[in-house]
Amino acid sequence: MDYDNAKGKGITKGLILIVFVCINVISFLMSMSNGAVNISYKEIIEALFSSESTVNYQIIWNVRLPRTIVASLVGTCLALSGAILQGIMRNPLAGPNTIGVSSGAGLLTLTVLILFPDFYNLAPLGAFFGALLATLFIYFLAWKGGASPMRLILAGVAVSSLLGAGNNIIMTFYPDKVSGVIGFMVGGLSAVNWKHVSMIWPYALIGIALVLLIPNKLNILMLGDEVAIGLGVHVERTRFFFIIISSLLAGAAVSVVGLLGFVGLIVPHTTRIFIGSDYRYLLPATIFTGSTTVLLCDTLARVLFAPIEIPVGIIMSALGAPFFLYLLRRKGEY
Amino acid sequence: MDIKVDNLSISYSDNEVLRDISFHIKTGEIVTIIGPNGSGKSTLVKALSRCLKPTKGNIFLGKDNISRINTREIAKKLAVLPQIKNVSSDISVEELVSYGRYPHLSFGGRLTKEDNEIVAWAIEKTRLADFRKRLVHTLSGGERQRAWIAMSLAQKPQVFILDEPTTYLDISYQLEVLELVKELNCTLGLTVIMVLHDLNQACRYSDRIMVINKGKLCEFDTPDRVIKKSLLRNVFNIDADIYSDETNECPYFIPKKI
Repeated sequence: MDYDNAKGKGITKGLILIVFVCINVISFLMSMSNGAVNISYKEIIEALFSSESTVNYQIIWNVRLPRTIVASLVGTCLALSGAILQGIMRNPLAGPNTIGVSSGAGLLTLTVLILFPDFYNLAPLGAFFGALLATLFIYFLAWKGGASPMRLILAGVAVSSLLGAGNNIIMTFYPDKVSGVIGFMVGGLSAVNWKHVSMIWPYALIGIALVLLIPNKLNILMLGDEVAIGLGVHVERTRFFFIIISSLLAGAAVSVVGLLGFVGLIVPHTTRIFIGSDYRYLLPATIFTGSTTVLLCDTLARVLFAPIEIPVGIIMSALGAPFFLYLLRRKGEY
Repeated sequence: MDIKVDNLSISYSDNEVLRDISFHIKTGEIVTIIGPNGSGKSTLVKALSRCLKPTKGNIFLGKDNISRINTREIAKKLAVLPQIKNVSSDISVEELVSYGRYPHLSFGGRLTKEDNEIVAWAIEKTRLADFRKRLVHTLSGGERQRAWIAMSLAQKPQVFILDEPTTYLDISYQLEVLELVKELNCTLGLTVIMVLHDLNQACRYSDRIMVINKGKLCEFDTPDRVIKKSLLRNVFNIDADIYSDETNECPYFIPKKI
């Protein structure tokens, strides 16, 4: 049989994937080099491999490297979370922000930060439990002998707005503390250090490991629940498993950068425009595009009005939305 | 492979949609399920394709109880073509058909040479060879339905369930799909269970017809014994004249009035 054509398609997608990886590496280096102090690539490498405690060494090891790693992992987590949600819901509008997972994480974290500031250390835990509880709540609301994607999304939108109201209530009652959490509300990476790296990497790793294991299942789920059942997939079980994983990924991201919107919604969608909807390629690609997006936006956030830094979330929405709309219009799909 | 249903009942909350249904479908038979809207025939098909769990009773595929055996093992013997299907805009015919191999793949598995051969065979059988690189959503309705049938064939099933496979197709595509189903039944010995709305087509393409009305099985026999004036009056609420189609050796009817 002649399968050259099919192979050709695989090769093209492989090439696109390699391009994504290259862009990711470049944006990683850019993030390391740019900021309040510009450091050349040569100096970066020198600082990385020397033990001399120069100024550059201090900046690279204590500020830039952890921040860059966190930005990269946060991007990956949010984008993967969104890609998985869009797959299991069969809905391009699904994402950790739109279905209430992020606001669940946000509400519990905010509660800890504002009401119990002494327990600051528990905030990340709050993010996880918030994400998880929100997910379970959505499931509870949507369950009717099974949880159809449409009911899940509607429940998610409702829960999202409910929890958003909770956030606003807290801020209304404690206006004096709002300025302290503004970075959390819009998503910021300014105070990131190695502690944050250790908070997020295990979850990112789990996410990436899953990506290597499960893309076929997502492809099958995309065909519709009844088709998937016919092909021998436990649809409800699988969907629940994935939704928990994606809420953990989103929770991990929220716990370190706060409510960074948009990445989970737009990155998977944009990636799909380039590489297609086959999850065997889409998920690996999303790892890199998610990372690249947050790295580039964070670098811009640092250099645009240097030495003043703006939260990365603002850059993300301000640049991401028009870029996304441009892609959609150009493709003429909508 | 045969299908045996024992005392099957299905309820949605308090509402009993199917009541105490039992039947036996023999290997290699084409059975068409007919019945008015809301009679429970879709529910029956959903139970047979394990989208719904029986409230009471059992369904056996060969010797296996389909709600006890691993669903993936069932999928190797039983293919289902539901009404509601979804395909991304960038999936080609060949990719779609290859998804039919899913139940046979090992964990995280890739398609083997044998899998690819079966995919090619399924495409050949459904006469889609010229279309295999085409995107599914650019195909006409009839071609698209054939692509889905090819996906089911790639499962290498012994029993094939089709839920209203001709709905939304124009008449030539309807016949094309039914001829294909008949051909697969003859050449591969597939046991076929389908739901059709067109009773004349049901007569022409089925070995036996099952009539479901108000959640009960009221007839299950050959077309010439099932399609009677009294049945059409009682179940479908129409008066009709019944004739014999000499070419296809089956009864057909012309509805007169409600």
